[in-house]
Amino acid sequence: MSTATTQKRGFGAVLWDYLTTVDHKKVGILYLIGGGFFFLLGGLEALIIRIQLITPENDFISAGLYNEMITMHGTTMIFLAATPLLFGLMNYVMPLQIGARDVAFPFLNSLGFWLFFSGGILLNLSWFTGAPDAGWTNYAPLSLQSPGHGVDFYVMGLQLSGAGTLMSGINFLVTIVTMRAPGMTYMRMPLFTWTTFVTSILTLFAFPALTVGLFLMMFDRMFGTAFFDVALGGNSVIWQHLFWIFGHPEVYILILPAFGIFSEIIPTFAKKRLFGYTAMVFATFMIAFLGFMVWAHHMFTVGLGPVANSIFAIATMAIAVPTGIKIFNWLLTLWGGSITINSAMLWTLAFIPSFTIGGMTGVMLGSAVADYQYHDTYFVVAHFHYVIVGGVVFAILAAMHYWWPKMFGRILHEGLGKLAFWTFFIGFHLTFFIQHFLGLMGMPRRYWVFLENQGLDTGNLISTIGAFFMTFGIIVFLINIVYTAMKGEKAPADPWDARTLEWSIASPPAHYNFKQMPLVRGLDPLWIEKSEGNGKITPAEPLDEIHMPNSSILPLIMTIGFFIASYGFIYQVDHKAWLIAVYGGMAIAIGSMLIRSLKDDHGHHITKEELEREAD
Amino acid sequence: MTENPNTSKINSFQKEKNRDEMRKQIITFALMIFFTMIAFFAVMMGTSSTFVIPLILILAVVQVGFQFYYFMHMKDKGHEVPAALIYGGIFVTALVILTFVAITWW
Repeated sequence: MSTATTQKRGFGAVLWDYLTTVDHKKVGILYLIGGGFFFLLGGLEALIIRIQLITPENDFISAGLYNEMITMHGTTMIFLAATPLLFGLMNYVMPLQIGARDVAFPFLNSLGFWLFFSGGILLNLSWFTGAPDAGWTNYAPLSLQSPGHGVDFYVMGLQLSGAGTLMSGINFLVTIVTMRAPGMTYMRMPLFTWTTFVTSILTLFAFPALTVGLFLMMFDRMFGTAFFDVALGGNSVIWQHLFWIFGHPEVYILILPAFGIFSEIIPTFAKKRLFGYTAMVFATFMIAFLGFMVWAHHMFTVGLGPVANSIFAIATMAIAVPTGIKIFNWLLTLWGGSITINSAMLWTLAFIPSFTIGGMTGVMLGSAVADYQYHDTYFVVAHFHYVIVGGVVFAILAAMHYWWPKMFGRILHEGLGKLAFWTFFIGFHLTFFIQHFLGLMGMPRRYWVFLENQGLDTGNLISTIGAFFMTFGIIVFLINIVYTAMKGEKAPADPWDARTLEWSIASPPAHYNFKQMPLVRGLDPLWIEKSEGNGKITPAEPLDEIHMPNSSILPLIMTIGFFIASYGFIYQVDHKAWLIAVYGGMAIAIGSMLIRSLKDDHGHHITKEELEREAD
Repeated sequence: MTENPNTSKINSFQKEKNRDEMRKQIITFALMIFFTMIAFFAVMMGTSSTFVIPLILILAVVQVGFQFYYFMHMKDKGHEVPAALIYGGIFVTALVILTFVAITWW
């Protein structure tokens, strides 16, 4: 098994390996590939939006297509790019950081990935027949009246990928609670593991609201119910509530892992332990806790009443406190540190001011009275791009540079990395900074065109030029990946002189991760061994057989079943013959579940001899 | 699994603990059946619904508590994290219900 990895294998064998894998590292890489693909797709959509807005009354694309473009850009970037890219990193890194050999439920992990991926593919297949066009928030009653099947694709696609995300969240929770290495107490866990933990809690509590909302939407659109139809006694505001009860925690699902990534990178390259570790953990929990009672700040103009608006406004502004704690702790970690500035660190240093600007406009928007002015203008667009691009995308790119050597055994090229950073960074601020002012001047979001000589021309032109810079930055990053894969410098186990457990094993790690469970003696275990020990992690157990899970094709087959059934659900309103797809798809899915339940699979053992043979 | 498999005899301390556990389980089980019977009789006797509905809800909450703490072992050591998560979930749900009742339906 493990000797096979050293031999050169054919393309078919590698493909089969990835299709059937339950290894958290390979699932993580699959998440990165899937998320990366959708990120490029979403980026292309963004570029088309910006080209449409380059001049007043442009007709690069039609109004209907523009609506589809903005809807798919938002949906793709949030659900299919940012979330999976972060889940990929969590999948790869978190078990290594806590000294585990896999996640708690490897089969479920693989199933989670395939569900996300098939949901994304389903959603994007709608491009051929008409994509969803009711905005990424899909507000009723607009979404109920949207003709064609676009919104149905939105509902079924997100339902599938949401189920995958939810089971991954549960998986991470169980892994962190039960599979930490000896000595890895909660308060010795690296911050990225902590944020994975808290993010998973948020996923567990927030995604059911989306699931419920999507089910109601599905029944309203396909089976004639009237949950959101005011004319028949429904209430369209309920969709907004359900969506944002999910949607606001979702933005913390995105930003908390980003905070975790920066909390790993800053101590490593500042050569200091993280300042205020306990406060950082506390702040993470505070953000998660408050994150559940602020959703109505997206709905200030709905007319919930002054009392409700005030409560949600105050809760919203309160979130600035734990976030501020984090910002100051990062600054104080940098203070007096011996700082190395490379690509990963550049993204990190750029994140701090960029995200702080986004945070401040967030507090501005959080003021209910002022929000009446900002609502649905480009000010909002500028705000959430500052937090999501300036926070999450910067974090993902920083994490790529930081963990790339661990994941692929090669170090990303520094020169190309810096070029990508500077072009993207400049482009990002060009694109979005000016949008604050466009918004304040009254440019509404989601509009197809704007008129001449209203003071919006130059701003939009600058914004579009910025988008070209960002595109160039991403292309350079892609070139960097190809260049590194062919000619990149081979990475040692610990290329950054880092602090946490994942750097104590080979790059890339063996598929069982740790030959012997590591003994953790404190926070930053590798750093402790470097400064107080012999630089090697002490094993917590004698060398013995390792029990590993078996690969399985069932998750993929199960997912294909659900995929076919979803397609059937979308089209059965047109013709009852499509019900065959529903029943057939469900039969495949439930059949695979049955096989999984009835067939015992005890996994395999890696013998002691094999492990000794691989001794380094 | 973690116990030493070589000792076939369970020591007396363990035995006493098991007996104690069993007694608790049976008492809880009996109580739960008793609660269910109360709920049934309350409905059968035709008492006013303003009294019966809260009564049934309270009994249901107590039964859920028994279920979690006694049958699913939440009272035992090592269940702190699941307990915290369950309470977190209850908190979030309560918040959502409160908001819906207060600003949407009321």
